Amino acid sequence: MSITIFQARKIITMNPSRPLATHVAVRDGRILGVGPLEELAGWGPYTLDDRLAAKVLMPGLVEGHSHLMEGAFWRFVYCGWFDRSDPNGKVWPGAKSLDEVVQRLSRAQAGLVDAAAPLAGWGFDPIYFDNRRCVREDLDRVSATRPVGMIHASGHIINCNSAALGAIGWLRSGIDHPGVPLGSDGMPTGELKGPEAMMQVAQVLGMDRAVLAGDEPALYLFSRLCVRAGVTTATDLASPLPDAAVDMMLNVTAGDDFPTRIVPLLRLMGAPAEGVERAVALRERATDRLRLGRIKMVADGSIQGFSARLRWPGYHNGAPNGLWYMAPQQMGQTLALALQRGVQIHTHTNGDEATELLLELMEQALRERPTPDHRFTLQHCQLADAAQYRRMKALGMCVNLFANHHYYWGDEHYRLTVGPERATRMNACATALASGVPFAIHSDAPITPLGPLFTAWCAVHRLTASGRVLGEHERIGVADALRAITVGAAYMLKLDGEIGSIECGKRADFCVLDDDPLAVPSLALKDLPVWGVVQDGRIFAAAELPTD
Amino acid sequence: MEPPIPVTLIGGYLGAGKTTLVNHLLRERGQRRIAVLVNDFGELPIDDALIESRDGPLLQLAGGCVCCSFGSDLMAALQQILALQPTPQHILIETSGVALPAAVARMLVLLPGLELDALLVLADAETLRRHAADRYVGELVREQLQQADLLLLNKTDLMAEADLSALREWLGSTAPQARVLSCRQARLPPELLLGIGPVQSGSRRGAAVADAGVLFESLSLEFEHGVDMAALAALLSAPPLRLLRAKGLMRDRDGRTRSLQLVGARTTLAPSTHAGPQQGRLVCIALRGELQAERLRAALVACAA
Repeated sequence: MSITIFQARKIITMNPSRPLATHVAVRDGRILGVGPLEELAGWGPYTLDDRLAAKVLMPGLVEGHSHLMEGAFWRFVYCGWFDRSDPNGKVWPGAKSLDEVVQRLSRAQAGLVDAAAPLAGWGFDPIYFDNRRCVREDLDRVSATRPVGMIHASGHIINCNSAALGAIGWLRSGIDHPGVPLGSDGMPTGELKGPEAMMQVAQVLGMDRAVLAGDEPALYLFSRLCVRAGVTTATDLASPLPDAAVDMMLNVTAGDDFPTRIVPLLRLMGAPAEGVERAVALRERATDRLRLGRIKMVADGSIQGFSARLRWPGYHNGAPNGLWYMAPQQMGQTLALALQRGVQIHTHTNGDEATELLLELMEQALRERPTPDHRFTLQHCQLADAAQYRRMKALGMCVNLFANHHYYWGDEHYRLTVGPERATRMNACATALASGVPFAIHSDAPITPLGPLFTAWCAVHRLTASGRVLGEHERIGVADALRAITVGAAYMLKLDGEIGSIECGKRADFCVLDDDPLAVPSLALKDLPVWGVVQDGRIFAAAELPTD
Repeated sequence: MEPPIPVTLIGGYLGAGKTTLVNHLLRERGQRRIAVLVNDFGELPIDDALIESRDGPLLQLAGGCVCCSFGSDLMAALQQILALQPTPQHILIETSGVALPAAVARMLVLLPGLELDALLVLADAETLRRHAADRYVGELVREQLQQADLLLLNKTDLMAEADLSALREWLGSTAPQARVLSCRQARLPPELLLGIGPVQSGSRRGAAVADAGVLFESLSLEFEHGVDMAALAALLSAPPLRLLRAKGLMRDRDGRTRSLQLVGARTTLAPSTHAGPQQGRLVCIALRGELQAERLRAALVACAA
């Protein structure tokens, strides 16, 4: 088997025994050795590859909480307020007013041949538009005949035009539902809130669930975004994983040109035993690039949507407490069964009451069945306090914190949802670190953009969109943040024996950077250019990715 | 236009007996072609004896009935059910143990051709108070109770009489709107749970339905005069009348024929799909001994338009 030795300006290995190096030898997609060239030469004849000689290598970045939906969305028109990079590397500037959004949709329409085809946008974020709400007449300016609509950045609201409402028979009065606001004429305004109210218009717009869950084109687009972000392993958290979807993913990820290791988690709905056994069966089908066999449970909703479960004193603005998405008993049964069957569970808990419940259930499950090294993980876990972190540590749990959230919603949390004090403790990376809880940080793409270096920047600075430092004492250093997006996330997925650091025996997964993240000013971390990745020893330059 | 399909919701926390009730209704459905939607197939929710075949999330059951698991997407499952040929005559939704049934009920207006029949909430008499005081789900369990048209108190046979009456008293203050019915293994007559059926033709005399020692009786009234239906609905839903269900078809004060539906304390008036002049009819169901025929007749006279 042939050996390739990559030469780099600097290799940040995340291996404490040899933290920095200049060369890495690769055979069969795995790392043969890391160090100076003369040491590596001992492995036998090699080809020296100097294409990366001016670059800085890190372990391939690991996104511990994302959704393939990020790939699905890019077939629609980006309508967000923030600049965002598409799978082709084109940066779409943020649309700063409703007029700009309408213009952008109109321009996209000019490229449509079929006069009846729907036109859909995504990422719409009107909270920055001075409370100017979008109504169907706004989007009627794009077209009076073609269904036009866009889904909000939160994913929980759609705004559409009259033609889209007409297509489902809703251009009438008398629709009595809290998710369908009515205008003074008694007709729907075109704003549709919540999955039930959105569903039929979403189908008209081509945004039905199967598409958003990630079909084949979405998987390819997602992988290109990963390459551009330096990501070599990304989770899909989570989907029902019907057999057809698993077959498709196995087929696509096996391709020689597919650059990403995907870790899809099975979304557990209802019956614990059925779910755990399905995860066991899926584990049997796992490949190197499709890591099946983990489960995601969802305990509560979101804090900005007021559907997260909070402990006393609840929401700062007095909103009623949120919702349970699964019955506590069923979550407890699932944890116990999963411990027994060796299936790893990741649980979405946003509010601190949801976190408290999971800690309690985990303690019960572990008392019945003590299990070393389970690494069951709390996902988001945004509002946990120090006592809860100590308990996570005692129970052997990991946490994946939503660092990006501060930037996008921090100001809202400060002002509205949880108030100033609790907002400063949200996504408490420094407390996790001090408590010894293994942690990662994530984007929840497409809720926020996929980009672990940006996520690291968020954890380091905790700046909000308005420029406020939200929780200065929970900031962490650059080295810790870089660890969280590599070996930290790999540990949480129980993959740290294979990925997450550059050392002998591991997968040859590298994030290739034009500059040194440990040397640039930390404020520049988010803008550090990513050249591409090496995944399983294969080079993928962002500039050479296929485009469409 | 086809008349809307009535939808009965079965709510209640885990272990309340929702699945038992679904199986009971499938066995006792009479000639009704029912579609059942359950959160998940889970641990044997449907009697094997009732299943004819399975196709993914859809089970074909005896007598043209189907059962579908909806997971996180009830709307999509309802769309699938509405597309079936022939369409079912009744839809039964077993909501998840943490769902608020009223939120599920609201969803029905979003799809064409559905109407809420009744919101049934089951509760396990033995564990109810404990669940209602639970730190995490207590509030949810109490809210579920407060949303019930009919509250079916299951497993009451396992309880001492004194405990049961204390529980009923507590329910009276916690969920004052609900009509409470005791039962065993959710065995209650389908007329009560799924509705009275068409009332526009044929004769229906007060046949009592007996089951598990619980007796109901019904009264059928016919009349020639028009009725102020809003006023009648208010009278019928008053707690002292103790009606569990009522269904009527009659001429309203504006001369139009409308249907009146009562389940527990909730009444609905809807335009009738049946044209032409006809006699007014009203069928009422209450617990045996609680049906107050004279007061019902008096109410009808008082509301004559």
